[in-house]
Amino acid sequence: MLDDVLFVAFPYLAFITAVWVGVYRFRNDRFSYSSQSSQFLENRMLSWGSAPWHYAILTILMAHLVALVVPSIWASVISAPIRLYTLEVTGLSLALMATFALCVLVYRRLTTHRVRTVTTPADWLLFSLLLAQVVLGFWVSLFFRWGADWYLHTTVPWIGSLVKFQPDTATVTTLPWVVKFHILGGFAIIAVFPFTRLVHAVIWPITYLWRPHQVVIWNRKRTGTERKAPR
Amino acid sequence: MDIRAQVSMVFHLDKCIGCHTCSVACKNIWTDREGVEYQWWNNVETKPGTGYPTLWENQEEYKGGWEVEDDRLQLKLQSKIGTLGNIFYNRRLPTINDYYEPWTYDYEHLFNAPEGDDQPTARPVSLITGEFMEIESGPNWDDDLGGSPVYASNDPNVAPLTDEERAQLNEIQRVVFFYLPRICNHCINPGCVAACPAGAAYKRGEDGIVLVNQDKCRAWRMCISGCPYKKVYYNWSTGKSEKCVLCFPRLESGQAPACFHSCVGRIRYLGVLLYDADRIEEVASSPAADLVEAQRGIIQDPFDPDVIAAAKANGVPDGMLEAAKHSPVYKFVKEWELALPLHPDFRTVPMLYYVPPMLPVLAKMKDGKYDVAGAETEGLKPLLTSLEHARVPLRYMAELFSAGNEEVVTEVYRKLIAVRVYKRAETVGDLSQEEAQEALDVGNLTAEEAEAIFRLTALPSFEERFVVPPLAREVAIEQIGSPYDRKREGGFGSRTAPERRW
Repeated sequence: MLDDVLFVAFPYLAFITAVWVGVYRFRNDRFSYSSQSSQFLENRMLSWGSAPWHYAILTILMAHLVALVVPSIWASVISAPIRLYTLEVTGLSLALMATFALCVLVYRRLTTHRVRTVTTPADWLLFSLLLAQVVLGFWVSLFFRWGADWYLHTTVPWIGSLVKFQPDTATVTTLPWVVKFHILGGFAIIAVFPFTRLVHAVIWPITYLWRPHQVVIWNRKRTGTERKAPR
Repeated sequence: MDIRAQVSMVFHLDKCIGCHTCSVACKNIWTDREGVEYQWWNNVETKPGTGYPTLWENQEEYKGGWEVEDDRLQLKLQSKIGTLGNIFYNRRLPTINDYYEPWTYDYEHLFNAPEGDDQPTARPVSLITGEFMEIESGPNWDDDLGGSPVYASNDPNVAPLTDEERAQLNEIQRVVFFYLPRICNHCINPGCVAACPAGAAYKRGEDGIVLVNQDKCRAWRMCISGCPYKKVYYNWSTGKSEKCVLCFPRLESGQAPACFHSCVGRIRYLGVLLYDADRIEEVASSPAADLVEAQRGIIQDPFDPDVIAAAKANGVPDGMLEAAKHSPVYKFVKEWELALPLHPDFRTVPMLYYVPPMLPVLAKMKDGKYDVAGAETEGLKPLLTSLEHARVPLRYMAELFSAGNEEVVTEVYRKLIAVRVYKRAETVGDLSQEEAQEALDVGNLTAEEAEAIFRLTALPSFEERFVVPPLAREVAIEQIGSPYDRKREGGFGSRTAPERRW
């Protein structure tokens, strides 16, 4: 029963909340979709926190997603021991880097008065969840070796079953509690995502790459012979 | 030809008295809110000086504007891919310390202080943290001290000057300075727009006003670095960039922008310029020495039938074309070639132009007298040669207004001097007609031109200074929301409060 709540109901609920509230917020309060950067108020500590944090956590997240979406390719990648070792070591060091960087960011928020004035309770909720999540992830990668492999046979089939609306929790319920907490933490973050500044994660401005440099906006779409804006 | 209209500006620096009325008018209307207290969309700085934010002109540090590399015009800041990579930490971003920490005073203490031996004081309180603070910098911190070596010698434009020129500039007790009022230049090749990865910063097609869409801004803060003039500011409270909007709601209802309207010295002119948008990149990529000339070249004659036809084909309304014909900006910039862009070397093609100040033109005081003797050179009368003896070196002015091309600045000054000599001969009568004619010849002006320059400089009416084109507010409002929803409601902008809610 508890397993069903935690590993069937909760993930669905978290996902629905994320999409529903996320879309609602985008449609009704687009102004609030912002990264709320505080670099303007504090620069030095941020350089040790923000960039390493983002690079590390995005790489780790990408690895989780790739293994989830294309497990067969992931399996063939880790089939050679040397590649598995490399992945494990890379993952471990990235987790360490993310943990360190996040600690810097939390310390910065706690100690810099200027930054503290632009910090909301939602930010602290997000910080605690993220911190718990990276520490758990670090723990898992350190004490439950070869996660790159067993992840494929536990979490991946379970999430696949959720996607197919045929929930099967058998592969995850037997996992140790540390790992379970890491999984639940992930969905908790998905659940709070639309209520926090984390929404900036889904608006990373990739379109900048193919947009012309200059943006000229006319009140009404012009018709006739006029030309496009210069590059 | 892709003819577009641009609401453009001229500031006549000779008339600026540095009273900051413009700054205060702007602050009262636009930046009297939390998060923007430190922002001065209009500021007046003392030159030579370090400016606001400190050393904003130093693009080695801030990397604002454009540069030509491998024959291509690109942002000095970074490539597009670089933008996405540096988005987590922008190392070229000025912080609040480069402006100043806004504060108020603990006035209440004056009333509530317990009885004691000392007079109670109102200590400064930070408007960011609410804590007591030490004031280390503030708005116009180097106001009027620009000539003092502390601030003046740190001015980036002073770097290319010789030691002698520097000494001339910094001569203690005879400090020389002038005021430089700055608002957003509403460039036609804006660095802020180009640097904004979210596409929130944009240029309005109809009138060329550069704005930041608050609903699209995601606090990636590249615009602040991209703008070489540092005229985009970060609202630390809402996490959005804000900037001078050229009072577009006022313009749309036919009024001059607040800073223009309130200007005590009447230094400001506003009018329409027509330009050829096909040539923006070409102009912005010109060699440094040709930048001013190229920028003059992109501006089109509003009386030329071909230009009018091309503008009409492009949807430029008749009212705009009519306004362009009466534009004082066109006269100053193109017809008389008196007004110059500020730092054309930033290559954003700014649309705010400055008539450089004459300043203390002659040599020195000697025994309490203005010593003009010995100032004569090349057989010219002292007034005409005063340029060579100017206390502020031409090279300094060239750094500011012509990307280092002294010839351009000299031509402007020759004209300004010619107008003075011509009018002096006429009204004071202590100069001969030949002298006046000589001045006009040197300045390359006709008597009619000199008279027109004099009139628009010294005696312009309100309507001559501000030729505000009809800006079709009824159409512009469609940008913001449905006009039907607005019916009977009025107001503009976002109808939800601009504050953090989540």
